[in-house]
Amino acid sequence: MNDINTEHPLDLESKRVSVQKPEKRYDMQGEMPDDKRVQTAMRNFVRDFGYIAATYMESCIHCGACAHACHFHEASGDPRHTPIWKLEPFKQAYKREAGPLAFFYKALNLKHKVTVEELQEWQELIYDTCTMCGRCTLICPMSIDIATLVGMARHGMFQAGLVPHELWAVAERAEREGSPLGATPKVFEDRIEWMGDEHDVEMHVDEDKADVLVTMSSIEIQKYPESMAAMAKVLNHMGLSWTFRTDGYEATNFGMLSGNSAWQKDMSMKMINAAIACGAKLLILPECGHAYGALRWSGANMYGKPLPFEVKHISEFLAEGLQSGQIKVNKVDRSVTYHDPCQVSRRGGATEAPRVVLGALGADLREMKGAGLMNWCCGGGGGVLTIHRADDLRHKMFRIKMEQIEATGAEDVLTACSNCRQNFDDNQEYHHWDKTAHSLLDLVADNLAE
Amino acid sequence: MDLLTFARGPALQWSVAIFFLGVLWRLFGVFLLRRKKDYSKPRSTHLWRGAIKGLIVHLWPYKEFRPKVVQSYILGYIFHIGLAIVVFFFVPHILFIKNIIGVGWGGLPNSFIYITGAVTIAALVAMLVKRIANPVTRLLSNFDDYFSWFVTIAPVVTGLMAAAHWGGRYEHVLAVHILSFELLLVWFPFSKLMHTFFFVVSRGTTGALFERRGTSA
Repeated sequence: MNDINTEHPLDLESKRVSVQKPEKRYDMQGEMPDDKRVQTAMRNFVRDFGYIAATYMESCIHCGACAHACHFHEASGDPRHTPIWKLEPFKQAYKREAGPLAFFYKALNLKHKVTVEELQEWQELIYDTCTMCGRCTLICPMSIDIATLVGMARHGMFQAGLVPHELWAVAERAEREGSPLGATPKVFEDRIEWMGDEHDVEMHVDEDKADVLVTMSSIEIQKYPESMAAMAKVLNHMGLSWTFRTDGYEATNFGMLSGNSAWQKDMSMKMINAAIACGAKLLILPECGHAYGALRWSGANMYGKPLPFEVKHISEFLAEGLQSGQIKVNKVDRSVTYHDPCQVSRRGGATEAPRVVLGALGADLREMKGAGLMNWCCGGGGGVLTIHRADDLRHKMFRIKMEQIEATGAEDVLTACSNCRQNFDDNQEYHHWDKTAHSLLDLVADNLAE
Repeated sequence: MDLLTFARGPALQWSVAIFFLGVLWRLFGVFLLRRKKDYSKPRSTHLWRGAIKGLIVHLWPYKEFRPKVVQSYILGYIFHIGLAIVVFFFVPHILFIKNIIGVGWGGLPNSFIYITGAVTIAALVAMLVKRIANPVTRLLSNFDDYFSWFVTIAPVVTGLMAAAHWGGRYEHVLAVHILSFELLLVWFPFSKLMHTFFFVVSRGTTGALFERRGTSA
């Protein structure tokens, strides 16, 4: 019997061969004594502790309201999936190590030391069952920004080597190759050329000078390459000086999602340096949710000073172009609904832009209940889509989204996040659904008026 | 020294001192932490407006969440307002405070206070039952939650007992009432009861963040 068998014994009694207690699979990276793992996790969690995070840690009254706002809890009914519970060991670490009463808790041993077993259990809660969508903040009577705290907990988990393997592996690959899904600079360049030929559109790559630097998400480069053609069509239509750059194109940031701040910085700095190198006045972020948060709201903090260029999400850019008349479109005679990517709308503030775009296209927009601020996350963000262990719950959770969309009666679903789209595609297949989410950018590019 | 003299004398002085020092320590322990500068370009710079908006908006749950949490909000408001009325508008309490700080104000009729006290107790008991019955709050709850509940309800119960001249010699019950309040003061800075202050900071912080990012709230 090998190691795998003893760890995950086969269940031969049930109808179909399966592994007993598959939920007990915890991933670890690197060799480290247990004690050191826990210490590292806690130290790296409290390392970034400033006034804001401490305020949140001090404010929770254990009312449990956040459970009702969380799609994971609503789908599973498991009280462990209550958002604030996902931070329990970290709350203890804060109280014991960093809070104003730390000496008191420590001296009297009022909060027990967190164990490695607890952290292993919490790996599921910190990574598999949180998309950092931030809906819980809205229901919280104290407005605690739990998503940010989960992000900080991931810093601790990464340094302690307690990241789900798939997420760790894509993050490591992104750091090494420049892109998490194999879209190396060479691959990127090839695919731009391919799309340019295929769609007969003029592409600009590695221009020395350009007003606009366009970035992409690796999901688009690899899975939805038409987005690159769509981007080029719109920018050419506007007659702008623009470029893709092979030294700064990847907008996804798996450093941030997995919890490695150094990698997060590396990934952001590539785009920042590329924009500075070509003298760009504007950097356009692609249809990707977390890429927006990573560069629009954290980029300057990685850079250490204000960015010398504007950063806009593609939906904001399109909305402004349509409003100013720089982009002219034909009318679209369809009924549509729009799925808000959490990091762009609720946590990013660019909620109005896609509505402006759909308005300019003359589409019959049928909003979902709670669209915008209150929108339900599709369940694929925050790296969750990469973690296979999380598939069952993710599929179950998606029913909330399907019901929301069906209730609108709209013909098409649009969004401005390729990660959401990938999750929609996966769920479409799983649920044999007749719908999936389409790209807002593609819709504009397909309906440009000559 | 009899129990009542002790409760009104050294016990009061010590508990008030621990309360103030403890509260200040815990608040400044957080306020003095590092504040990182945010270099991202803000959508709005009216951060104070956002903070105040955040405070007000969260007084009542959003429409989408009401079916799930409105009951807890109502119970919460009943006992919070009830406590404020009983503590600050019962005539003997006002006289007690006036003795110490020299300032007094008008009180409410005793019968009204007694009814308010009883309603407050009922709401607190209902909150406790909800806490234990609901699997989510049962999982979240720790010693702090239950003990804070106890030190909150104890002065109300003993106060009503003293007013009703019930449960033993009046001086004893009154002494126990005062001591139970002092226990609340001593426990306060070390517990979740600090949300009395932190809710302003926490809601305001998020409100300002939302304003900065232009999140419509």
